[in-house]
Amino acid sequence: MAQQIQQLPPGAPRTAGDVPRAKANTFSALLHRSPRLRLAGLLTAPALWLVLVYIAALAALLVTAFWTVDTFTGQVSTEWTTENIVTVLTDPVYQRITLRTLWIAVAVTLIDMVLALPIAFFIAKVAPARWEKLLVVAVLMPLWASYLVKAYAWRNVLAEGGLLEWLGAPIGLSSPGYGETAVILTLSYIWLPYMILPIYAGFDRVPDSLLEASGDLGAKPLTTMRLVMLPLLVPSIIAGTIFTFSLSLGDYITAQIVGGTTQMLGTVVYANVGAANNLPFAAAVSLVPIAIIMFYLFIVRRTGALNNL
Amino acid sequence: MAPRTKASLVIGAVAAAALALAGCGTSGGGGSSPSAQPAKTEIGAGEGQLSILGWPGYVEDGSNDPAVDWVHPFEQETGCKVSFKPFGTSDEAVTLMRTGQYDVISASGDASLRLVAGQDVQPVNMSLLKNYPDIYPFLKDKAWNTVDGVNYGMPHGWGANLLMYSTDKVTPAPTSWNAVFDDAAKNTGKVTAYDSPIYIADAGVYLMAHKPELGIKNPYALDKDQLAAAVDLLKQQRTHVGEYWSDVVKEVQAFTSGSTVVGTTWQVGANLAEANGAKVAAFLPSEGATGWSDTWMIGSKTKNPNCAYKWLDYIASPKVNAQVAEYFGESPANAKACGQTKDPKHCETYHSGDEAYAEKIWYWTTPVAACLDGRKDVKCTDYSEWTKAWTEIKG
Repeated sequence: MAQQIQQLPPGAPRTAGDVPRAKANTFSALLHRSPRLRLAGLLTAPALWLVLVYIAALAALLVTAFWTVDTFTGQVSTEWTTENIVTVLTDPVYQRITLRTLWIAVAVTLIDMVLALPIAFFIAKVAPARWEKLLVVAVLMPLWASYLVKAYAWRNVLAEGGLLEWLGAPIGLSSPGYGETAVILTLSYIWLPYMILPIYAGFDRVPDSLLEASGDLGAKPLTTMRLVMLPLLVPSIIAGTIFTFSLSLGDYITAQIVGGTTQMLGTVVYANVGAANNLPFAAAVSLVPIAIIMFYLFIVRRTGALNNL
Repeated sequence: MAPRTKASLVIGAVAAAALALAGCGTSGGGGSSPSAQPAKTEIGAGEGQLSILGWPGYVEDGSNDPAVDWVHPFEQETGCKVSFKPFGTSDEAVTLMRTGQYDVISASGDASLRLVAGQDVQPVNMSLLKNYPDIYPFLKDKAWNTVDGVNYGMPHGWGANLLMYSTDKVTPAPTSWNAVFDDAAKNTGKVTAYDSPIYIADAGVYLMAHKPELGIKNPYALDKDQLAAAVDLLKQQRTHVGEYWSDVVKEVQAFTSGSTVVGTTWQVGANLAEANGAKVAAFLPSEGATGWSDTWMIGSKTKNPNCAYKWLDYIASPKVNAQVAEYFGESPANAKACGQTKDPKHCETYHSGDEAYAEKIWYWTTPVAACLDGRKDVKCTDYSEWTKAWTEIKG
């Protein structure tokens, strides 16, 4: 502590009589005596942050959903109404959009799971140790490019006469064009690293000796995979799905760039905030993905996956 | 701490925060009567500063392109130092203007009436602006810049939403919006449309010509039945639409690659596509079209009214109006600007002085419950209903 260091003039003789003594600091003494006070002091700042910035923002959203907007001047009127929520839940359009968004999120998650498992397995267990770090870096590499750049790159790949069509032509495949399929493809690409990393970490934690023991006991590789590895990996896989699922659920940029006419919950929120200035309705729509992801987290809580995030 | 107590703590905190917030709720919407503030009677000496809210490309000081600078000459001429804040959408503009921090704003027709109703802008005494007499008459005293006979600002530039098609893929050449409505099936999957609720007005323009029995007099004044007819038409169109666009660059790319062959565009999009080598043509269909017209307005809480007036006059002066119109890609509002453009054909390309052409354009106006066409016996649908309808159309 700065105030306790006493400056001596250079060359001043140090005699036993004027050895600098720490002044009694009553505050630090108090903290020293009371562990509870110490803890409170440490936790106040982060707790305030959590409550004010995070929880209060969410609560504000929740409350806004029960308000309405003066559609002409765009000013929010704070009269309570459940109209927005009722519309979102009962109007067939929003039900369809919710189902479509769910389907896209589930498809992206499944595709990433299928792609990530062998890649993560290869990096963690097959590749030589000196390659391991390099491969992890390679997986992370796409994250260094902006999300928008990647989405626009896919726009070009999927375009008429684009890369996909050129590649598919010899085997009679054509590009899916812009639409739901394009959104699923693009999102799967963009979120893949978020699935590979937790699964890789999971594989890395399985000791090699366990696999050797399984082999020694006569298990074939696939059996080892199924009965030894997979059960140990389940929490890691679920950790990965939380990323891909929740990120897809809230996405609106990809849907706008390659979605063609596809609407997702995110684009509806965006349209109501950006174009219509109807914040209360946007808030009501955004409660849907929040509810879905809460429900999902509640289900997977018991698997221990949350400790793997 | 056990997970259970932690969870209940969080829930408690949320509840407490929600209650606190609910407590702040004071009831009441916005006032919707026009500002009662009187207009200025003379322009005094400049206050030395001016903060501007505008579309990107409207206020250039040479930092984006050294050759494009009309802010520094203004500062030298008037001594008003400019600070500029760009906005991306009309709604962002309305929200920012409400803070009262800005002296002037370039508002499009879908924002200007909301600014007037929210008392965020003040009446402008047009007789103080010496460039006002040179503005094309067909831009003056319109629904989006004049309320109850009171002027709210300086017209600045305008453009139409045209129909563009690929000349080699769409034959015979279309002459009507038919190409994207009743004939859309001919190019199914390759039709495009502007992605905004305001596009419903395009269907309104089409129905006005082809289904007179609906009685649409103004595409921004649709009652429930008329809106339903427009929604039906757009839902039919939806099955043939490959992509909706809101970003003109994306639209140009789709036309260039061939993913899109027919649909709405702006003149600037057509120019870009042609520059990219795409074989396209853009024209104003026989039914007319929707379009946009921008107005420079003055904030109601401005502390620099003299600089604000000076800016309104300066930005509409022939030379500057020409510079902005060319840089931004639009028709200038000042008739004399056409003699000052670098490209002598600029005004011809954009049909600037063509009154007959301009008369076919229904400029973007915010749809409101009080019918804009003057009907008193019905209630019209407002913009939030249009937004919900647009979501429903896209499905």
